[in-house]
Amino acid sequence: MINNLSILLPEIFLTISIFSALMIGVFIKNSFNKIFNLSSIIILMTIAIILNNSNSSEKIFLDSFSRDTYSNFFKILILISSLFVLNSSKAFIIDSKLGKFEYPIIILLSILGMFFMVSSNDIILFYLGLELQSLSLYILASIDRDNLRSSESGIKYFVLSALSSGLLLYGCSLLYGFTGSTNFDLIANELNKENIGAVFAMVFILVGLAFKVSAVPFHMWTPDVYEGAPTSITSYFAVVPKVAGLAVLIKFMHIPFSNILLEWQTIIIFISLASMILGAVAAIGQTNIKRLLAYSSIGHIGYALAGLATGVISGYESAIVYITIYVIMNIGAFSCLYLLKKDGEYKEKISDLSGISKKHPILAISFLVILFSLAGIPPLGGFFAKFYVFTAVLEQKMYALAIIGLLTTVISAFYYLKIIKTIYFDDSVITFDAPKNKFAQLSILVSCIILLTFFLYPSVLNNVAETLFIY
Amino acid sequence: MNFPILSTLIFLPLVSSIFIFLSKAQKNDNSAIYISLFSSLATFILSLFVWFSLDLSSSDFQFLEEKSWINNFIKFKLGVDGISILFIVLTTFITPICIISCVNSVKTRVKEFLIAILILETFMLGVFCSLDLVVFYLFFEAGLIPMFLIIGVWGGPKRVYSAFKFFLFTLLGSVLMLAAIIFIYWLTGTTDITQIYEIKIPEEYQNILWLAFFSSFAVKMPMWPVHTWLPDAHVEAPTAGSVILAAILLKMAGYGFLRFSLPMFPLASEYFTPLIFILSIIAIIYTSLVALMQEDMKKLIAYSSVAHMGYVTLGIFTFTKQGIEGSIFQMISHGLISAALFLCVGVVYDRLHSRMISTYGGLVNHLPRYSFLFILFALAGLGLPGTSGFLGEFLVLTGAFQKNYLIAMIATFGVVLGAAYMLWLSKRVIFGITNNSEIKTLKDVNKLETLMLVSLGLLVIYFGFYPAPLMDTINFSVDNLINNYELAIKSKGFN
Repeated sequence: MINNLSILLPEIFLTISIFSALMIGVFIKNSFNKIFNLSSIIILMTIAIILNNSNSSEKIFLDSFSRDTYSNFFKILILISSLFVLNSSKAFIIDSKLGKFEYPIIILLSILGMFFMVSSNDIILFYLGLELQSLSLYILASIDRDNLRSSESGIKYFVLSALSSGLLLYGCSLLYGFTGSTNFDLIANELNKENIGAVFAMVFILVGLAFKVSAVPFHMWTPDVYEGAPTSITSYFAVVPKVAGLAVLIKFMHIPFSNILLEWQTIIIFISLASMILGAVAAIGQTNIKRLLAYSSIGHIGYALAGLATGVISGYESAIVYITIYVIMNIGAFSCLYLLKKDGEYKEKISDLSGISKKHPILAISFLVILFSLAGIPPLGGFFAKFYVFTAVLEQKMYALAIIGLLTTVISAFYYLKIIKTIYFDDSVITFDAPKNKFAQLSILVSCIILLTFFLYPSVLNNVAETLFIY
Repeated sequence: MNFPILSTLIFLPLVSSIFIFLSKAQKNDNSAIYISLFSSLATFILSLFVWFSLDLSSSDFQFLEEKSWINNFIKFKLGVDGISILFIVLTTFITPICIISCVNSVKTRVKEFLIAILILETFMLGVFCSLDLVVFYLFFEAGLIPMFLIIGVWGGPKRVYSAFKFFLFTLLGSVLMLAAIIFIYWLTGTTDITQIYEIKIPEEYQNILWLAFFSSFAVKMPMWPVHTWLPDAHVEAPTAGSVILAAILLKMAGYGFLRFSLPMFPLASEYFTPLIFILSIIAIIYTSLVALMQEDMKKLIAYSSVAHMGYVTLGIFTFTKQGIEGSIFQMISHGLISAALFLCVGVVYDRLHSRMISTYGGLVNHLPRYSFLFILFALAGLGLPGTSGFLGEFLVLTGAFQKNYLIAMIATFGVVLGAAYMLWLSKRVIFGITNNSEIKTLKDVNKLETLMLVSLGLLVIYFGFYPAPLMDTINFSVDNLINNYELAIKSKGFN
């Protein structure tokens, strides 16, 4: 038994480090900087541990915790994206006087929750991981506690998310009641189409998960929380929980619900279509960049779900590739926001970007690359993400989904173009402060280079994704 | 030959644009212009080398390059044949002219403008070189980004509207083509064009796929009724942007019909011929009439482009040798003539900042050299024998008469209308009395402008009298295209 603990090593290390960091934070005054750097080191070390750990699939604790290439890939993606999100937002956190030592620790806690989510092979463990993650996110949303908007977004997120967690838990208990097990593999064996109760359970669980990844019609919280929360938190919300949510969603569809494919496929197709359409249409009228990115993320989740809706491995792979490129684009996009600083105040209106191409050509061209990539225009990375998804969708002969999806990319191109228009065509209004946030610049550079050169080796991510479904 | 000459051709402008991007330009520093001019001329010479070393007695694709690209399924495949090489040379010839023209016309952010032009050249060359549907789509779509910026950043007062219209129209047409490309991949297991030619797409899918490709090409061509983006884009774009748009971007659609629609979906092409004929003659007659009534010179030339493209689609879908050769010739000659006409407008626009016909009048008294060149290109535009404009239209109409008398008769009327708007334009701009006192102070064309216009003018006249270099190049490829098409139609009859 004790030998098996090495499988759990990343989680154990993360837990111990979090508590140690918490202790250090409590006993040392003004320790934000130290704890922040320590957290980055913890994240790096966890990545190293996962990479050094064996990749072979193993299950422990009565098969409730599984370690395999699938979970390891997502853990590393979560860690790397958190590392970039955290460090690029450091200057913002300090400027906005959010520099409390709890900040990075709560982020680490939410990462721990996500670790258990993506590794869980059992609905109890899955639910615990989900709740650990959600509780951390509630706190993060309202971390700027003196700010009315931030508190409001925290409360809003908490109330709605708690409701969805309740639904999800209800689904889990139904699933246990109708299959007699909490283990994914056993549930998969028990489930079949005749099991109407289990189909009910599946619907509840889907609703809960759709809420977590903010898919339509469970997206209502997203724009408000994105706008209300501090930008550093928004960027975290937009990237990391989405990855974990999608990972779990794919796992649910792939293992426990694999026998009732037709039942959930219809729902996912609807959710995907609704997300793509709403994400494209609702973003048009937005004036706040964060709110616009919220709607754009809803649309992007729609495309990822379109890959999932195919119900075959190649579709899941395309969804994973999609979410990876989505993460790269969004890290770049939010890092750009950290550079929009004028007299100590961060601007977040689209009109504030007016004409920045004249005074800040490098920032403007980065925005250009990221936005065209988000719109899915070749030869940038975003195009390939969409290309793979629609290839998978058309392979399953789901023509309506593909055509509507492709048409929504045209609609969504409109609002990305609107930002580019503001940046390039309009007259210059604001000259921003000279950028001091080196890490944000680094994130933008990394993101742009990946997006620009992705076409040279467009199957890199596919090759990785292909290895994830071998158990 | 192992040296990847086509890749070099395609990516040379891109690499030099990176150099320009990284270089720190001082004020009044022309190094960016020299670098871009040098690299575009090098590209031009390279493309001439490809043309001269092409084996014209074969219709096969030559200078093939293959590199595994996506998942070992989709290959990055390049190659040229007699048809595509002409468009490649046209592209590489027009680009240096655009770069020269921006010395006079672009005053702000010259460096960025040159970068956009060079990147656009890379994408345009990629379109004409690619032998894989996905690679083609990649380049076809990517061209939108630099063109969007060229119109939007350096354009006229209504540039935002025009840039958006251009981008969204084209994108909307293209996504359907993307769906069709992916569908073809699942149907045939490949996106390699040469393999798809062999495999032959089943009849029941041809029509729907043809329509998907058509939606993209019709917007790009542009065909009536989706041509409305073109006048807006032309009017607002800076001179170099209009030139590239008219001379090369429009030709992508005609090239697309020849390279994809005809060989891949021969039965559907046959089936939809009446549709194309009707849209073509509407384009020829209707847009010529619209052109007559324009008060804006650029808009007039833009509408005349739509009309000329009507001849191209008409010629392609006659499926006769004269028709298709005429279409290709017409595309090349229109590339030269429309480029020259837009440059002519640019010359006076740079001086008076007005595109309105009513501003001008009596230019011949004050700008004799300019007037001579303008009249030359206007006459070429209306298809005067002895200029390249005549031959294309003549061959297309010859082809059309073999297919359908009525269509050909109506199309012939377009020639008359073409003469009407071009001559009326010349009358109002070049001749007449000088009402505007500013015109008297204008300077005649300078050395650079003369260089650009004369080089285009010589080619227009040269190909008008001696079209053989072009005709010999496309001869075998067009024969092969028609043979394959007729085979496909015949084999359908036996089934």
